[in-house]
Amino acid sequence: MSKADIDPPQLYAAREPIFPRRVQGWFRNLKWIIMAVTLGIYYVTPWIRWDRGPNLPDQAVLVDLANRRFFFFWIEIWPHEFYFVAGLLVMAGLGLFLFTSALGRVWCGYTCPQTVWTDLFILTERWVEGDRNARVRLWNAPWDARKLRLRLTKWAIWLVIALLTGGAWVFYFTDAPTLLGNLLTGQAHPVAYITMAILTATTFLFGGFAREQICIYACPWPRIQAAMMDEDTLTVAYREWRGEPRGKSNVKRRSRAEAVAAEATSHAAGPAVGRKYPPTPYPGVPTGVDGPIPSDSPGDCIDCLACVNVCPMGIDIRDGQQMECITCALCIDACDDVMAKIGKPRGLIDYMALSDEAAERAGKPPRPVMRHILRPRTLLYFTLWAGIGIALIAALFLRSPIDLNVTPVRNPLYVTMADGAIRNTYALRLRNKQGEAREFTVQVLDDQGNPPQGVTVTLEGQPQARIPVAPDATQTQRLYLTAAPGTALAEGGQAELTLWVEDLGDGTRAHVDTVFHGRSEK
Amino acid sequence: MSDKDEHTSPRNPDNRIELERMAADDENKAQILKHPPEGPEGEPLHRPADVHTRVVRDRKGVRHKVEVPSTGHSWDGIEEYDNPLPRWWLWTFYATIVWAVGYLFFYPAIPMLNHATQGLLGTSYRKEVAAEIQRFNDANAPIQAKLVETPLDQIAADPELANYTANAGAAIFRTWCAQCHGSGAGGAVGYPSLLDNDWLWGGTLDDIHTTIQHGIRDPNDEEARYSEMPRFGADGLLDRTQIRQVVNHVLALSGQPHDAALAAEGATVFADNCTACHGEDGKGDRTQGAPDLTDAVWLYGSDPATITRIVHDGPFGVMPSWSSRLSEADIRAVAAYVHSLGGGE
Repeated sequence: MSKADIDPPQLYAAREPIFPRRVQGWFRNLKWIIMAVTLGIYYVTPWIRWDRGPNLPDQAVLVDLANRRFFFFWIEIWPHEFYFVAGLLVMAGLGLFLFTSALGRVWCGYTCPQTVWTDLFILTERWVEGDRNARVRLWNAPWDARKLRLRLTKWAIWLVIALLTGGAWVFYFTDAPTLLGNLLTGQAHPVAYITMAILTATTFLFGGFAREQICIYACPWPRIQAAMMDEDTLTVAYREWRGEPRGKSNVKRRSRAEAVAAEATSHAAGPAVGRKYPPTPYPGVPTGVDGPIPSDSPGDCIDCLACVNVCPMGIDIRDGQQMECITCALCIDACDDVMAKIGKPRGLIDYMALSDEAAERAGKPPRPVMRHILRPRTLLYFTLWAGIGIALIAALFLRSPIDLNVTPVRNPLYVTMADGAIRNTYALRLRNKQGEAREFTVQVLDDQGNPPQGVTVTLEGQPQARIPVAPDATQTQRLYLTAAPGTALAEGGQAELTLWVEDLGDGTRAHVDTVFHGRSEK
Repeated sequence: MSDKDEHTSPRNPDNRIELERMAADDENKAQILKHPPEGPEGEPLHRPADVHTRVVRDRKGVRHKVEVPSTGHSWDGIEEYDNPLPRWWLWTFYATIVWAVGYLFFYPAIPMLNHATQGLLGTSYRKEVAAEIQRFNDANAPIQAKLVETPLDQIAADPELANYTANAGAAIFRTWCAQCHGSGAGGAVGYPSLLDNDWLWGGTLDDIHTTIQHGIRDPNDEEARYSEMPRFGADGLLDRTQIRQVVNHVLALSGQPHDAALAAEGATVFADNCTACHGEDGKGDRTQGAPDLTDAVWLYGSDPATITRIVHDGPFGVMPSWSSRLSEADIRAVAAYVHSLGGGE
């Protein structure tokens, strides 16, 4: 090609359309399974029912924003327990660090919603318009009835997927069957429709048109991940020492006999034709059947561009590590397929650590995979991750059935009553986590565990000395402790006290420590 | 790099760091070129390390790799390439310009001498605030109407009204009452605590409501609660000895240290001058706002000097009438709030 064939350099470049070819193989199958599982979880979860008794929703997973509750199967999280969500987010972050430092961008390649939905959209595209070559032809074809029909069909299917995506999201926030009925009859809250419209539009645009542009331009994660990876991280890479010099002339042997002969001139040792997915070949370099390979022998890469054609990001993995690469491993499948056809060992493109590339190049064996994964960095991430996980589980089981806190009213510290008694006021907050109304009584004990002498407990507006709390609600009660004149509490300074609260419904007790300010308190 | 351009001239001292860095980069580059990365056979790698490529299409749609030029900016050997910006970015940029022009016409945008341009939509944040306030007033109107219609003693029984008075009452108290009675209603010297069970003019909801409505000794309200303790010393009604005697009697009434002989004589002075209001037993009279002298709660203080001063000068505490400043609903709300602080009867 001459320079004249190419447009002069532009300040702004249009997106290069990418037409990923269909590929089959181990990693493609893994990606199908992960797609089915993640999409399945996303769409099915809101419809799982979970009986919690009366007055409480029976949806297994529900983010009840209106009533400020989060339900997850048997767990109910109140707003004051938001640290569980914070802990889960920290765990998610550490989990990403762990996986990225061990296995590279597996999040990007397999489970990121952008990847999963783009994969789904490309699958739809292939069903409607055909595989890569047909799509390229259609792209270059002038607009006619057939092109219009195919495009409209594809967009319509995309739109349905996008609508289902946005639709599934809103079910996490209200009772799903009720909301579905309301959505269909047009009675749902406008917020539901607006959320659905926004998510439908973003899914349609991001999955159908923006695709890899989101990863390259919009997502901060690819930039951050570079700091998580090191020379021991397993990532998708090209064995340059084995593939180069590349060239079409390298492919000339098709028969089994020729394949055996070919291995003699391969840069790679290891299993030959037949087994499609052996473990990473041991690449003693340079070894041939009859002594060292001549240095001018061609490399294993036949420059067939199979790896480039299947790439959803439109890059060439043979150029080395690139920010665009989401390590979806489809190029490994594509290249293994070609290597099998031309009778070379698999793994010209493979999951490998960058330190292995250097070792293999020097003729040394690569380190075992587990040695790469189990290293101080990943172990530290795992320890932190597991530590927070264990702490959260412990916190979950140690939660008190009655949630109770008490704030002494310090303005003023105490009130002198007409008979000279000293009264302290407390704001008592009680949470009833049961699905039915409950009544609570309050008792006070001193730091020795005995009822303090001459102290009476009174409750504002509750002559029965019982605090009724509505089902699944929080109640603030003004509570008075009055110490008779002359008692130690009334005449002393600050004293430690414990308030015990008993649920009259089931006898559960909970306590909270507080203080009493006497007359001598300054 | 030329001597004529002041930004690159070695003669300009401002360029020293940049020039040193560029020299270090060049040296680094030369080192790499002198010892290029080697392949397995000691051959240099096929791909020079410092060439960056990108894919472009020619007019026939065939993909080519072209070398991307460097901008010449280099930091520690890391070079900035001159890649083209994505075209959607350009269109997004144009869209923001169109948006800005639209904003200029539709919203207040250009500052003038006295005010900004108004914008075609007539947006005004002052109006929005006024509308928000109006919205809240409208939203509160039904419950305020209900509060005014409900008898005082039934407010607490209605959960909706109880909730409203607890919150609105607290807000009104902090705005209008806290200056004298304290934000915690604990009072101060001369300003009664509203938390205890000792009330000058009565602690029922009705009493509190009346006190807030009309005030105490407020000359602007005909119906204000009114009483006046004589200035026994200042007006010469009692001499110094009599005052000492009656002060000791009052100290004796509330069980405080006192001179028993003086107190016994003071009983006569008390019976002649004080019982009309404070009662024969000194327990006070709420209809006249006369305090109980036998209990532990003292508005001005319980030490002999303070009591002597009060007897000599006479107190005259004033609380304003609120009916001219607060609506009936507000007065009821704050009365119910004060009643619920622990002293309510």
